[in-house]
Parts: sequence; C-alpha cells; structure tokens
Amino acid sequence: MSARQGISRRRLLEDGVALTVAFTLAPLARGFAAQAPAPLPGSLQKNRRLDGWLRINPNGTVTAFTGKVEIGQGIVTALAQIVGDELDVDLARIEMVSGDTSRTPDEGVTSGSRSIEESGSALRFACAEARSLLLETAAAKLGVPASSLRVQDGVVLAPGGGRATYWELTTEAMLKREATAKVKPKPASAHHLVGKSVPRRDIPAKVTGGEAYVQDMRLPGMLFGRVVRPPSPRARLLSVDEGAARTLPGVVAVVRDGSFLAVAAEREEQAIAAAQALRESAKWDETASLPPSGRKLFDHLRLQPSQDSVVSEKNDAAPEAVKTLQATFTRPFQAHAAIGPSCAVAQWQSGKLHVWSHTQGVFPLRGELAKALKIPAADITVTHREGSGCYGHNGADDVALDAALCARGSGGRPLKLQWMRDDEFRWEPYGSAMSIDLRAGLDAQGNVVDFRNEIWSHTHSTRPGESDGTNLLAAWYLKEAQRPGSARNIPQPAGGGDRNAIPLYVFPRQRVTHHLLPEMPIRVSALRTLGAYANVFAIESFMDELAAAAGADPIEFRLRHLSDPRAKAVIDAVASKAGWRPKQPGDGRRGRGIGFAKYKNLAAYVAVIAEVEVGRATGIVQVRRAFAAVDAGLIINPDGLLNQIEGGIIQSTSWTLREAIAYDSTRILSGSWEDYSILHMTEVPSVQVSLIDRPEERAVGVGECAQGPTAAAIANAVANATGRRVRDLPLTAERVKAAQT
Amino acid sequence: MAVTLTVNGQRRTVAAAPETPLLYILRNDFELNAAKFGCGMAQCGACTVLIDGKAVRSCVTPAMTVVDAKITTLEGLGSASHPHPLQKAFIDEQAAQCGYCIAGMLISAKALLDERPRPTDAEIRQALVGNLCRCGTHNRIVRAIQRAAKEMSP
Repeated sequence: MSARQGISRRRLLEDGVALTVAFTLAPLARGFAAQAPAPLPGSLQKNRRLDGWLRINPNGTVTAFTGKVEIGQGIVTALAQIVGDELDVDLARIEMVSGDTSRTPDEGVTSGSRSIEESGSALRFACAEARSLLLETAAAKLGVPASSLRVQDGVVLAPGGGRATYWELTTEAMLKREATAKVKPKPASAHHLVGKSVPRRDIPAKVTGGEAYVQDMRLPGMLFGRVVRPPSPRARLLSVDEGAARTLPGVVAVVRDGSFLAVAAEREEQAIAAAQALRESAKWDETASLPPSGRKLFDHLRLQPSQDSVVSEKNDAAPEAVKTLQATFTRPFQAHAAIGPSCAVAQWQSGKLHVWSHTQGVFPLRGELAKALKIPAADITVTHREGSGCYGHNGADDVALDAALCARGSGGRPLKLQWMRDDEFRWEPYGSAMSIDLRAGLDAQGNVVDFRNEIWSHTHSTRPGESDGTNLLAAWYLKEAQRPGSARNIPQPAGGGDRNAIPLYVFPRQRVTHHLLPEMPIRVSALRTLGAYANVFAIESFMDELAAAAGADPIEFRLRHLSDPRAKAVIDAVASKAGWRPKQPGDGRRGRGIGFAKYKNLAAYVAVIAEVEVGRATGIVQVRRAFAAVDAGLIINPDGLLNQIEGGIIQSTSWTLREAIAYDSTRILSGSWEDYSILHMTEVPSVQVSLIDRPEERAVGVGECAQGPTAAAIANAVANATGRRVRDLPLTAERVKAAQT
Repeated sequence: MAVTLTVNGQRRTVAAAPETPLLYILRNDFELNAAKFGCGMAQCGACTVLIDGKAVRSCVTPAMTVVDAKITTLEGLGSASHPHPLQKAFIDEQAAQCGYCIAGMLISAKALLDERPRPTDAEIRQALVGNLCRCGTHNRIVRAIQRAAKEMSP
C-alpha cells in the first residue's frame, strides 16, 4: 500500500465513516495502461473508479465525493441534488465530502464555471451506475426483473410487495470497479431535486456563527502566525532585528528564510504585534520594477515582447465596407478583494504536512507545496475548508505555503496564519490589465463585413500546478529562491486573455489576434472570467458604436448579426423584461444599455440591460437597475443560479465603476478599502433576472457569465445617457466628466 | 495580565493584555466564530458586535474599554437549531454567498431593528453602509432584513 493510501485509510477511520474502503485514485490499473481507456463523461474520465465517487453505507447514508469545492457558489448543494435524483435518496441521507487529497477525486481546480459539467456529469453517471448495480442485486434477491423495480429514498420496491433497501444490498465489493458510463442518467422529466431551489447546505452555519471557515479552525495547542511581506515585489531583506521580536510577549518563533519573514505566537494579537515590530526593524533593498501607471501603462504594454497568435480568421465573401470604425478599450489591474484575508492552518507531524486551505484546487496545491518545501507530495495532505469570497486565484494558495513554512519553523505545533488586509491587497495576483483594439467595416446596408480584434494582455492564469516553476508567492523569496512558472495562455476554445475575444456574431471577414505579454512585473492570475470581462466590455461597447454608425437600434443590430437562436432568445427576453424601447435616446442624465455574451463561447448565454443615472456636473455614474436573461441549459438550482447572477452583476458593476489597483514605480499602493473602493450597500443596483430553462440542454455553470455583459451594458448606458463614450475601465466620475467636455 | 468580559451573558476572565482588540478575545478565547477579521481598521464591518445594544467594530475596540459592557455576538442571538428571526430570514432568503460578511450584516441589522422595528429599504441600506459585501448579496440581505422586520413586528 502506498503512503497516500495509508493516509486515506487512516483518515477515513478517524472520521468515523461507516465503510472504510481505501480506493485508488489512479486512472487505470497498470496492466491496462497501454490501452486507451474509453472516454467517460466529465471528471470520470480521469477518476474512473466508482468507489472514488460514491459509497452506499450500511447505516442508511450515502457519501459522495467531489474534487470541486464550495466557494460560496452553492456547488456542494447542487451536486447533492444530482446525487439524490440519480440514486433516488433523500438529501438528508447524503453526506458530501469535497476537496481533500486523501479522500476525493482529483478534479483539478474549481474554476471556469466548470463544476456542474465536470463533477456534476461524473456524479450523475456514477450514481446512475451504482443505482443499476443495486437494482441488479435487488432483482436477484427478490426474484423479479430489475426493470420492474422502483426506488423510494433508498428502498427498492418490487411489484408483488417485495422490498429491499440499499443499506442491506450494499457490499464492499459492489462499487470497487471502473465506471462504464453505460447506464443512462435520468431524463430531466424524472428529476425531483434537480431544478428545485434546494436551500444551500452551507448557509445555516454561516448565519449562526458555526464553524464555517478555515479561519474558524482551532486545533489543540495551535499557534497563530503572521507573515511580514516585503514593501515591494522585488525587495530583498537586508537585515531585521529578529532577537528583539523574539523577546516580545508570546512569541514562539521568528522564521526567516532569505527574504521570507514570519512570526509565530501563542496569541493572535501577539503575532500581529511581533510582525509589526519586525516590519519596523526590517531593512530592505527595493527595486523600481513596476510598469508605468494610468494611461501610459497601455502604451507600455504594446511595446513589450509578446507571443502572438491569430485565434480566429475568416475570409468569406462579402460586400466592401463603406464605413470603418476603430477604437481602443482598456482595463486596469483589478483585485479579487475578498472581504476576509486569506488564511490557512498547517500541521507537521513526523515530517508529514497537513494543510487546511480555501484553495480552489487541493491537488494542484499539494503538488506545488511539494515543490516549494522539497518533500514528496505523498507526504502532504491538503483539505479544503471554506474561506472568504474567492472570485478566482487570490491569496488562498500562497497563504498555505506561508503557514507551512511558519509552522515548520515553530516546533511542531499546529499553526493558523491569516494575512492582514494590506497583505491581501498588495500580494494577491490581480486580473491582468488589457488593451484591446477593435476595427470594423460596415457595408452600405449597415452590416458588419469586416471585424478585427487585437488584444494585449498578460496571462490570466498563474495557478499552482500549471507551470514549469513554483507558483506560490513565498517560494520566490526563500534563500534558495524558486522561480514562478513561465506565462502561458489558456488555449481556445475557452481562452485566457482571448476568452470571449471571438465574437459570437456572424461577421464574414474576421481576424482576432492575441498578444500574450510573458513578462509580469505586476503579479497576475485568474480573476473571475479571465479576459472575458474586458473582451466582452470592448466588443459589446463597439457593437453599440457600430449600431449607431449604421443608424440601427443596438438590439436590432445585434439580433441581425446573430444566428444562434439561444443567443437571440436571451436578448429578446431581457429586452422584454426591461421594456426596451428601440432607439430611445438618453436625456443627458439617464440612459440604458445592453450587453450580451455566451460565456467562453461555449457555456451560459447572458444578456444584461443596465439603467444608469449620470451626474451632469460630477460625472458620477449610478447604476439604478439591471435586468438580465440567462440560459444555462438544464437548471440544477434556480435560486442558486439567481444568486450567482445577481452577485455577478453587482460585483461587475463595482469593477466597472470603481476599481483599479494603484501603484508607483516600486510599490503597490492599494492596501486598504480606502485605497481600493468597492460599491457600498447604498450604491448597488436592483437586479431582476429571467431564467430560460432548457431541460434538454447540457447544464453549464453560471459563476462568471454575468461579468462581461454587465460591464458593457453599463458603458453603453452611459454613452446612451450622455452621448459620449468612455472606453477605459473603470468608468470613474473623472473620466465620464472629462468625456463630456 | 487578565481581562474580564461579559459576552452573550457569560462572564469570563481571559489571560490577555487589556488593550487587546476585542475581536481576538471573542474568536480565540471565547471561541466564537461569528465576528470575523476583515481589515483590522474598522473599514469593512465583518467584525461587528453589539456593545450595550450598539453595533461596534470589535477589531478596533480595546478589551479594557468594554469590561463593564454587555457584549453580544451573533451566537447570542440564536443558533442553527433555534435561529433568531433575522437568522431565519437570512436562511429563507438564501442571503449569503461566501457569507464572510454576513455575521456583521446581521449584527448591524439587529441594532437597526432594535431602534427602528419597521425600517424602509433606504434606512436599511444606510444602516449597513459600513458593512462591505464582495459577493454582491446586498439586495438579498435587504430583503431578508425586511422579512425579519415583518416577522418580528407584524
């Protein structure tokens, strides 16, 4: 038995689970490795064992395992609904285990709104197959054909009155096999739980002070850690008075390794005070390494070395253009800015490490920790615990390494380390700044015949587990410093910087070019939607400019360039919901605008109409109301979907009106909510959402799909209100005011 | 050094420096999870608790200034099995995403409803203006508070 399986078995026992089957996460037994395995749906493809996904316990419960994790998006509840429907068991019987390297399948990262497709599909097929195996056993026992059986909450009922329960039928051997995906999951018409607004499992603890977050963990003898980050990204630690800090009350250890500096103390406030003392005595060598800020940044980006690719090219026959428009759109560096700074708990025992983390990917984090700490991955367990927010790759993974390093230098006691507010603002990886050039030609009928899109962007993913380096912050500052991974773009069709850069509109001639800028003087990674937020903002703003040039209503103009009926349907639905009146001009103060996208060009369709008021004298934009229509295929949990869309629209409104990271040539300046302002309770729009349920269509995720269309709808509404267009994000009062003069 | 506090009706002496911010004593000595560390600068509201009925940021409140006060955290309102009407309303409205800000929101709402049992939407928003939410749950939070207000003062 491998070390990892050993951990697996032990943890199962510790947790008091009824049936302790150690399962292998390896995709195939060695003997079959040469044969190409049959493709299986979703994450079953890489995690092919049924018992890796599911246990039917003799005590009347079901345990389902998912590698995806709860980040406030309700995924664990949605997956439980899928399990309940396919197995025919009540939700109360289902225990969900998520994101644990010792127990769950490896599903990579919880990102890209892919969990319903990847984990949901895997669980659907695994449960359908498990149900079929249980029914075969029941049929043999009851002496009736399996096809005559039905199931009610785990009780198998035969026509003549015979009955058997899952709990007596289950055996250790039953699910110890590879999935075949040959048992068809139920049609949508047979669902009882999928499609219902089942309340989220995680909310009761969150509203009553239950242990809901990694921040709430308390282990016996646990120390508190704080990290002392450099004052700027390229700073190196010259000296620090470690001795003085060690004499402060409660300090257990000062941990220094190169320019990595941290402190462990008996009490949290003692750790904070000691970190402050270290910060005050530390001398750093700083380097001015940051790019120009403001408008100059975008000129600078275009001059950087780039890896260029044409991601779409089309040269169909079309009339000549009689009118050509071009414009440049920009987006600054923007932060995830979760309300709670990142946090992790680390415990070393006999050279083995257990980390509790709000990472989006427990397996990738484990691999990266192994690189950074130079120990085998098999000696590390990463267990997911919820944190604050998420919205992409924030400090969650980094703080796990901080905690591990701090605990390793503190003598074996478990340790909880949380970042301070300014640690989070200054050191989380931001959503990349982008510059986007658009050019299009209209023919005599006012149709787009030629469309060019050229994007300059850093990468949108520097997550752990994806690179040739070590993508954990502290690793770059150790005495034996490790390098961050080299930049790469997530390829199409999902895309990274070029996500949603290919319009869904049908343009006969089209070319989309992506310039990936591999140098990253400012740290960047995945922020909810990656490049799609800015790309949709740009393309959909430009569509309004083209419509105006063609003398057309923005909605009519979009519809005539679309062929996809689902795209047209969300635009029609939002127009009807908002009471859109074609070609209605703004009155100088109030205006309306629309934005549309099919997220990643392969997931949810969203159209948003925003209603704004612009202060004539101030330039202040207020988004009063937002309307949205969403088609995400089969809807798993309508209220969960609404919550994601409402939240996405409000968050995107904040990004779009306010947000940009401030920095000078050396330091990041945004360090608190005063330097990085987000929308307040009095400033958020009302949001009304129409859902288009398509039970016959694939269920797709909705965590990100509203961000881009919202930005465009707001920008178009401001242009509609004032007659002047702002093409640079965010649409600050200064910019909107300047555009009017 | 020790400091004695009364939290959710429970009086306890803890071994902490008197100037310790109340938040850390609540979380680490009283082992109460609801009040959260968000900013440590009274900018976000995640750490909000009631001090003699008033919503206060515990991250900047030295413990020695509240030794004679009645301190109430979200745990003092109700539990998952016996939720306060406000907590129940937040569950009914599913008014949380990540939920990290929610304890602070609930406490600010409690202070408001104690003073104005049937507030307008605008009054609710104004009362919660110092509580930041990043997931965009604001409108559900307002709906939940209105639901609780109706429940508590029909």
